[in-house]
Amino acid sequence: MTNYLKLIVLGVITLLALIAANYARDLAYLVNALTVALAAAGLFIWTLRKTGEPVPAVDLSGQYMDGVVRAGVVATALWGVVGFLVGTFIAFQLAFPTLNFEWAQGYLNFGRLRPLHTSAVIFAFGGNALIATSFYVVQRTSAARLWGGNLAWFVFWGYQMVIVLAATGYLLGATQSKEYAEPEWYVDWWLTIVWVAYLAVFLGTIVRRKERHIYVANWFYLSFILTIAMLHIVNNLSIPVSIFGSKSVQVFSGVQDAMTQWWYGHNAVGFFLTAGFLGMMYYFVPKQAERPIYSYKLSIVHFWALIFIYIWAGPHHLHYTALPDWASTLGMVFSIVLWMPSWGGMINGLMTLSGAWDKLRTDPIIRMMVISVGFYGMSTFEGPMMSIRAVNSLSHYTDWTIGHVHSGALGWNGMITFGALYFLVPRLWNRERLYSLSLVSWHFWLATIGIILYAASMWVTGIMEGLMWREVDANGFLVNAFADTVAAKFPMYVVRGLGGVLFITGAIIMCYNLFMTVKRSPAVEATNSVVPAE
Amino acid sequence: METYTFLRAFADSWMLLFLFTFFVGMVIWVFRPGSTKTYEDPSGIPFRHEDKPAQRGVADAKEA
Repeated sequence: MTNYLKLIVLGVITLLALIAANYARDLAYLVNALTVALAAAGLFIWTLRKTGEPVPAVDLSGQYMDGVVRAGVVATALWGVVGFLVGTFIAFQLAFPTLNFEWAQGYLNFGRLRPLHTSAVIFAFGGNALIATSFYVVQRTSAARLWGGNLAWFVFWGYQMVIVLAATGYLLGATQSKEYAEPEWYVDWWLTIVWVAYLAVFLGTIVRRKERHIYVANWFYLSFILTIAMLHIVNNLSIPVSIFGSKSVQVFSGVQDAMTQWWYGHNAVGFFLTAGFLGMMYYFVPKQAERPIYSYKLSIVHFWALIFIYIWAGPHHLHYTALPDWASTLGMVFSIVLWMPSWGGMINGLMTLSGAWDKLRTDPIIRMMVISVGFYGMSTFEGPMMSIRAVNSLSHYTDWTIGHVHSGALGWNGMITFGALYFLVPRLWNRERLYSLSLVSWHFWLATIGIILYAASMWVTGIMEGLMWREVDANGFLVNAFADTVAAKFPMYVVRGLGGVLFITGAIIMCYNLFMTVKRSPAVEATNSVVPAE
Repeated sequence: METYTFLRAFADSWMLLFLFTFFVGMVIWVFRPGSTKTYEDPSGIPFRHEDKPAQRGVADAKEA
């Protein structure tokens, strides 16, 4: 019966998408509509072939739902490589402008590829990592199977659809020009639906939990899901110019729009890239270290302090603008206060290893997690410092900001995700161990050196650029033209690109290692998990 | 205009007081007497149900 309902819905979607493609007003909309039609038609045929087949009734409540986590792990690794590759390429585009090929003008130049890179690493790599690990962690810490059956698969594939629509849209020119919120209105609407389903699956599992207490990692994941829903909806309030075109107009304008954007932008960092990934930290670091978190009390204070303070920090992106002074001061003060919970969390993660520091020598996976927490501490020190108005007058609009973002994103988000992937793959595919630990060490060092090259070159070029912009001669005239700073930055741009090459080499080694783990590593002895406990 | 003034005044006073009290209350609650023992159990959650969900009818947290 549900299959017939699905067939009707999919058929209607295919038809509507084809009508939309027919009336499309721009290329991006046309391609996106055709993509939707293709996906819906494919699903239609797939469902049709299943319809009427007998479905064996199996009681799955005694097992965790890991298929969707496996898919998420594969997607994380693949999108990661794509995102890093685009990032490295655009780094070289900045160093060597000829890489903005004449034949691909308007499609593959820096302006089109840059949002593709940021969205691919944050939302495709990071988002898939968050969805996959949250599904894994919430089941284990609730001792319950995922709620909603195949709804989890809808979340997974729906999210991939968001990524594909957004990515092709960027290349063809569909963007609402809001940083980290570039996708146009119909992609926003679709993401809202997928996100509500995600919330339902996650909350449903927590409600069905067999543990009395909700483990702290789930608090972090839940705050990430809820806050992202709120931010996404408010920042994407826009009215489409035509139902058959990708262009939309923002409801807010001027400084209100700017403030909404950076309230969104900074909390995307705070809740997507911090709270969500802290959820990972609070599960995978204790698991890999084989000891409980250093202080459970501290983790509760960490959670409430982080969510109470982060939400106010956004205005520090708008120093010296039309934003009222009181608002930017508020943002600055809260950013500095934020240092405390951030470092509390870092200490909690690091001290989990107390009494087991020898693991740092023997276990490259824990090393990866520890350096990620270290980078978290470093970038959460650097960030508050840069939010101080006087420092910001030097650092803003320079490469220092880009260096800061990448020490956080590559160091903290990247490394903790790699650690989680190395943890998950042997368990999800039922292998005794990873294919090769020495390859993990290679990945660790390549990634670490790559990040150091990246961050160090961006500090140098950022501060140099800031100083050159403000340099005035005895008569008060500016000494340097903008082009002078561009020329002076060239060597650092090359170093940054090389850092990217090292980082992506490490990621490719990881993919090889994970693939060989699934293919070659010996399987775990079958334990009969169907036998009920006494 | 009036809505702005009202919300601004509310945010600076009652809401601020509420958030502040909630936060301080949370910290005091976490460090209440006996909490160290209470939190020993939840901190062990990741180590309990690695392979399969808790079985129906079996006592949960206390079960080894």
